[in-house]
Amino acid sequence: MPVTVETPVEKWAGVIRPISVGATAAEGGTRGKAAVVGGQSTLPFLGFEGQTPNPPLVAVEVWNRNPGDEWPDALARAWGETLSDPGAWAQQAEAAGADLICLRFFSTDAAGARISGASARATLRRVLSATTLPLMVFGPGQAELDNDVLVACAEEGAGEKLVLGACEDKNYRTIVAAAMANGHLVTAKTPMDVNLSKQLNILIHDMGMPMERIITDPTTGGLGYGIEYGYSVMERLRLAGLQGDGMTQQPMLVTPGEEAWRTKEARAAEGVPAAWGDWASRAVNWETMTAGALVESGADIVVLRHPETVRRIKRMIDALAA
Amino acid sequence: MALSGLEIYKLLPGSSKDPVEKAHANCKECGFPTCLAFAMKLAAKQAELSSCPYVNAEAKAKLAAAATPPVRLITLSADGREVKAGNETVLFRHEKTFYNPAGVFVRVADNMPADQIASLAKSVADYKVDYVGMALRIDGLAVDCVSGDAATFASAVAAVAAATTIPMILVSENPAVIEAGLTKTGGVTPLLCAATAANWEAMAVLAKAAKAPLVVRAESMPGLAELTEKLVAAGVEDLVLDLAVRDFGASLSGMTQLRRLALKKNFRPLGYPMIAFPYLGTAEPGMEMLLAGQQIAKYAGFVVLSRFDPAEVYPLLVLRANLFTDPQKPIQVEPGIYEINKPTADAPLLVTTNFSITYFAVANEMESSGMPAWLLVADAEGMSVLTAWAAGKFDAEKIAKSVKNTGIADKISHRKVVIPGHVAVLMGELEEELPGWQIKVGPREAVDLPRFLKTAW
Repeated sequence: MPVTVETPVEKWAGVIRPISVGATAAEGGTRGKAAVVGGQSTLPFLGFEGQTPNPPLVAVEVWNRNPGDEWPDALARAWGETLSDPGAWAQQAEAAGADLICLRFFSTDAAGARISGASARATLRRVLSATTLPLMVFGPGQAELDNDVLVACAEEGAGEKLVLGACEDKNYRTIVAAAMANGHLVTAKTPMDVNLSKQLNILIHDMGMPMERIITDPTTGGLGYGIEYGYSVMERLRLAGLQGDGMTQQPMLVTPGEEAWRTKEARAAEGVPAAWGDWASRAVNWETMTAGALVESGADIVVLRHPETVRRIKRMIDALAA
Repeated sequence: MALSGLEIYKLLPGSSKDPVEKAHANCKECGFPTCLAFAMKLAAKQAELSSCPYVNAEAKAKLAAAATPPVRLITLSADGREVKAGNETVLFRHEKTFYNPAGVFVRVADNMPADQIASLAKSVADYKVDYVGMALRIDGLAVDCVSGDAATFASAVAAVAAATTIPMILVSENPAVIEAGLTKTGGVTPLLCAATAANWEAMAVLAKAAKAPLVVRAESMPGLAELTEKLVAAGVEDLVLDLAVRDFGASLSGMTQLRRLALKKNFRPLGYPMIAFPYLGTAEPGMEMLLAGQQIAKYAGFVVLSRFDPAEVYPLLVLRANLFTDPQKPIQVEPGIYEINKPTADAPLLVTTNFSITYFAVANEMESSGMPAWLLVADAEGMSVLTAWAAGKFDAEKIAKSVKNTGIADKISHRKVVIPGHVAVLMGELEEELPGWQIKVGPREAVDLPRFLKTAW
């Protein structure tokens, strides 16, 4: 006898805010097309429950200087010579399938001098002219340098609808003001905590920044190094947003590339147990697995490093969104 | 699904409409002052329903049904190894915790040469990797009848059983093949895979005779439910569900719906753990690992991998360990002295807490700096630096105590110790607790340690 099965479908009150990055010529910028995330009315990829009009996107890191020894060989080899030229690097990232470029500035420039607004402008200009992908621009993470670099880039890239990052509770006013004055977006980065994340969104919004221009960075740990905290905070943020909390309905950005390539599993070629397996595959697998788990828990933008991870995560997202 | 105290109370004599039953309201024979108090104890699982002599049969049945776990527990075991699936109570780990880590199995094609089967079986069985003090292992082997031939399958099962004793899954939809395999497992009770609409009667007979759990395979949820009801009626109750939709999206939706049906609707016909075959959803090994990760995160009880590659298995087992960690009980590391990059007597000494994530963040940065150093991990009851400081578990006294008790002074030639920047305020007090020591303040965040070690030590 046939059995009737009524599958439970959640009726969510909220929708994740659609957010658009990058301005085309028609919108006053020079990007080929805008990158749009958000708009979901369901937990990740549950097609029987709601729509995912804008599947997650993959951003690839491009640095203002060659990472040198900071990147293990398994990663540096994949990019080769281009690591010394942010423009060429961005082009190669675009060829590798990136949806966005994440241009990262460090405390020193290519020549080893302290990073300056002028050198940041030149690098940004170089990348803007090398690729038509939408851009995110991340500062070194130290308040004083962040303000120098991000204000300069906000002005240099005026009208391009860049994403400036990262706003943190201890330093967000200058970055938000520069973004507002030049038509950009910001990331709001908090250390793996639902309430802190919501609070920073509110603080930034209170300065007059529209919610449609704030991307949440809930922070994550790498696989084996606290990923479960980031994973659960993302699930809780997404549930809160879908349940109707207007201050947690932001698309989420996470940086699995950075977290994964920081781990010993990705970095150590020698002196590790045989059970860890072949280094080159394990290193890429570590990034892939970290990023994959975060896509499952609600990431809208994953910032990656290795082109093979980019390829796999994009395939995964295509398969999930199909 | 568990009933609340009030829901239970409605089934007890105290709230009965029947005058005979009602006469026993709050009779105290159960040992509690009122029926409501008894109900509350029942809900908290601190009392047994049998303590009430007057509860009626209908109420008994309802309470018994509610006490049954929404996802049936299935256990496979062999030679001291045990893998459990089921008994889960939540959809998201933050709601409580996930209990039984998905069993990870490696597929053995029966048409491989016997010596290859033996060596694969041995490698899988011997695989063990240490992660924060836990030994992560693969749970078993799934012998897959690729040959279509019962004799070939039986010798493959025999080759596995001769090489090792480990939980097994026998994979074939042909009852004759399964029957041949069952005789060669060397005493291990395997999971039989799979019963379908076409073969379920013969499979039920085999499962009953072997007292083995049985996978039920169908492409739709009604199809699965129909089969489980038939099998339960035929006396096979230890079932595992294989919803045969394989790719990323369909698998995620299907497994989520099955878990929701079990937990939210207490839908008995689908209240069983699930099995997944990620290699049937993607042909590419790099993608198979991702799909296996998805299925471990989203509700599979057993996952069968197409191959054994430590570089894929290790990240998968770590992901599983992470997601099945109880959010209420953070993993701690053993307090004590940790040597980073082979330190010598003049290497820097840093101190932090024994919360695993704190420890790993610090140790990882120190390691990647390439600088030799000593890391002293104080017992802060598994809390991070700021939390432990606020709770009084990481104060000057505690730090001084770990410096003294671990005997670190005998290993180093200097008397300097670096405390985390977040607890810079402890400096003065710590100087008093540790006379003769110089207290240095390190960075607030682990990520700044390499620069600190290179420039500020």
